[in-house]
Amino acid sequence: MIHSRNLPFVTTLAILIIAYALCVLQFPNMLSTRVIGNLLTDNAFLGIAAVGMTFVILSGGIDLSIGSVIAFTSVFVAVMVGTLGVHPLIAFAAVLVISTLFGCMMGAMIRYLGIPPFVVTLAGMFLARGAAYLISTESVPISHPMIDAIQGFYFRFPGGGRLTALAMLMLLVFIVGAFVAGRTRFGANVYAIGGNQQSAELMGVPVGSTTVGIYALSGFLSGLAGIAYTLYTSSGYSLATVGVELDAIAAVVIGGTLLTGGVGLVAGTFVGILIQGLIQTYIVFDGTLSSWWTKIVIGILLFVFIVLQRGIIWYSNRKLAEGRLKEV
Amino acid sequence: MTDSTSLLEARGIGKAFLGITALDNVDFTLERGEIHALLGENGAGKSTLIKILTGVYTRDHGTMRLDGVEVTPASVAEAQALGIGTVYQEVNLLENLTVAENLFLGRQPRKLGLIDRREMRRRSKALLARYGLDIDVDALLSSYSVAIRQIVAIARAVDLSGKVLVLDEPTASLDTHEVEMLFSVLRRLREDGLGIIIITHFLNQVYAVADRVTVLRNGRLVGTRRLSELPRLELISMMLGRELQHITREHQAQEETVADTAEAPIRFAGYGKRGSVAPFDLDIRPGEVVGIAGLLGSGRTETAFLLFGIDRADSGTASVDNQDIALSSPEAAIAKGFGFCPEERKTDGIIGDFSVADNIALALQARQGWAKPISSREKRTLAENFIKSLDIRPADTERPIKFLSGGNQQKAILARWLATEPRLLILDEPTRGIDIGAHAEILKMIERLCTEGMSLVVISSELEELTAVAHRVIVLSDRRHVAELSGDQVTADNIMQAIAASARTEAA
Ligand SMILES: Nc1ncnc2c1ncn2[C@@H]1O[C@H](COP(=O)(O)OP(=O)(O)OP(=O)(O)O)[C@@H](O)[C@H]1O
Ligand SMILES: [Mg+2]
Repeated sequence: MIHSRNLPFVTTLAILIIAYALCVLQFPNMLSTRVIGNLLTDNAFLGIAAVGMTFVILSGGIDLSIGSVIAFTSVFVAVMVGTLGVHPLIAFAAVLVISTLFGCMMGAMIRYLGIPPFVVTLAGMFLARGAAYLISTESVPISHPMIDAIQGFYFRFPGGGRLTALAMLMLLVFIVGAFVAGRTRFGANVYAIGGNQQSAELMGVPVGSTTVGIYALSGFLSGLAGIAYTLYTSSGYSLATVGVELDAIAAVVIGGTLLTGGVGLVAGTFVGILIQGLIQTYIVFDGTLSSWWTKIVIGILLFVFIVLQRGIIWYSNRKLAEGRLKEV
Repeated sequence: MTDSTSLLEARGIGKAFLGITALDNVDFTLERGEIHALLGENGAGKSTLIKILTGVYTRDHGTMRLDGVEVTPASVAEAQALGIGTVYQEVNLLENLTVAENLFLGRQPRKLGLIDRREMRRRSKALLARYGLDIDVDALLSSYSVAIRQIVAIARAVDLSGKVLVLDEPTASLDTHEVEMLFSVLRRLREDGLGIIIITHFLNQVYAVADRVTVLRNGRLVGTRRLSELPRLELISMMLGRELQHITREHQAQEETVADTAEAPIRFAGYGKRGSVAPFDLDIRPGEVVGIAGLLGSGRTETAFLLFGIDRADSGTASVDNQDIALSSPEAAIAKGFGFCPEERKTDGIIGDFSVADNIALALQARQGWAKPISSREKRTLAENFIKSLDIRPADTERPIKFLSGGNQQKAILARWLATEPRLLILDEPTRGIDIGAHAEILKMIERLCTEGMSLVVISSELEELTAVAHRVIVLSDRRHVAELSGDQVTADNIMQAIAASARTEAA
């Protein structure tokens, strides 16, 4: 039997499979490793950021700064490597430290000043975007032997598809993320806080350090997403990735995580990313549809999922009464 | 230095909330291997003292020593690390997690740094088995009843308390059998040298299990006494600061007037739901109090759910004033003048940030429709009346209800339903968590409402309470109505016998 807790995830997965099957019926070429490989690579940076967002939403919070942090990271790395000639590894390390500290700071403000996450991360969004402009308003190209090597690295699937370094990085982040959420005390604390912060505190969950940790993790993964984005576009541009945080939120919600926190799976977010990627791929294959259809379809899906989640909550509340009968 | 041999010693504890003193210079000493009851009226400061000792609140004054060493736990986690395990009055664990996850939150067994789910499941099963509970520990906590959740919370606290175990009204949702089981666990722990603090409003339980008692009144220490040397009446006057007026069974006289009305205006015939409650007949006359007794899981709450339309019946009919009605939802029931005060008031009932007056006016407002708002003046008068009659403290209509003590919140929820002046009011465990003084007040109020023509269905695990108010008692067992007692038959003994008799026939 499917646990009602996993129902949203199973539904999403079913939708993905059905949607993919329909796409393949119309365009048989979509059933190829090439398409899948591209889909993973194109959405790598979004996927990495969405893992961080999953933790934030599981804890009942929100992080609006993700898109800006990605832009900041890419500009920062591009200028360091492209203009100043710093070794990419040093630039990567530096920017990951910065973005993690940035997340820490937002988490601390949320926890210790009692400001709602929405407000804190909105401020963070403006701050990071502003900092990106400050570094450069131009698109900064980047080129370095090491970066070329990373970009050129891939495994070949049978059928001609490529599993690029970026795609592998995203998959790795999802796997580690799923373990952290499901199999560590930190992960359990995140679910606990999302369930009910006051109860969690009375049960001895270190709410303060966990909250800071959650936003630090989201900051770190935004930084990593920014690095992935830089590698993907071979440049840094402060106007890029506007609104990526909303795409990430959409992936998380479509993946079955409750916006109110406490319920959801990292694997669900992965499916959410794949659904978004599938829609884009379909539009490319069709050729006549405007890319805005992506937004429209995602909008519709979001509505469907939020209604579905309501329905599940209603259903499990009803079940509760019957559940009493099972006892003793 | 002789004092330092005590397990836990608090001296001169003081605490004020926004200028209101909740605790004033309170001393409290807990020995190893003792069960220590902490008593006092609603709002006396019991929970506040507990929260100071366990790191939830910081104290304004005083010192605290554990094993003779001065400590100041700054968080629950720190208190747990010191060996203090607590079940708080308001904690209901986390409904979004499974039973096993709740039991082991923060101390999950790990293998290679990762949570070992199988081990966690195994240990959870073993832990709950000690409380006679054999449930699916991988099911969400929300799928279980309040009683089971409470046992889970207790099991968790007991398991993580190395030195001190604190239980703030742990028995509020438990039946006699479960309370007995809990007490045998507590006695075992006492033998192991644990110090146990227990808060409860049931004096029987205090005398059954505790060695010493500390009484608080209005945030001050009244005294600490050995229970074996303390007569019950003296304990009560320590708590109340006055003698308790005994409640008498006044309703004998009313019984005739009730019986005179031949035709019952509210009738349920062959009413039931498969898998929930077997079909039953129930007639309710104006001014009548129908008690529902039975063990936990016997179908008491399910009966209430049917009567109030939370569950839909699949057999039988309901009628009011000889007109058949369909109780398809609580809204439909409310429209017929029904009211229901559920068992889970703690979690479902209050809206913490709303004022006491708003919370009391809520059901009345819902019945009137939101288009006709109750003016704030009306609300205030309404609230003032109930604050007076139920003795809600502090007597401040505008205070957010979350700042009230647990028992006073309960009273406000009760007031919410009484305010709607329903024709039939269903009360599930109406006096849980309410102190002995207010308990008497509430019983009196119930009687008064009945003389004004309201009908009541009261569900209660406390037989004394039922026999004190009910004209008739329906006894449930195994989801069936097995007996109906009325008039002089309504005694605790008869109810127990009816339950036992049906259990025997089942066993046969
Ligand atoms: N967080 C808070 N903010 C403001 N006032 C509070 C707070 N917690 C408790 N109080 C006040 O402190 C007093 C003592 O409350 P406490 O909860 O300790 O009572 P209690 O003895 O546990 O009562 P009960 O039997 O009803 O649970 C009450 O007057 C209450 O209104
Ligand atoms: Mg209390």
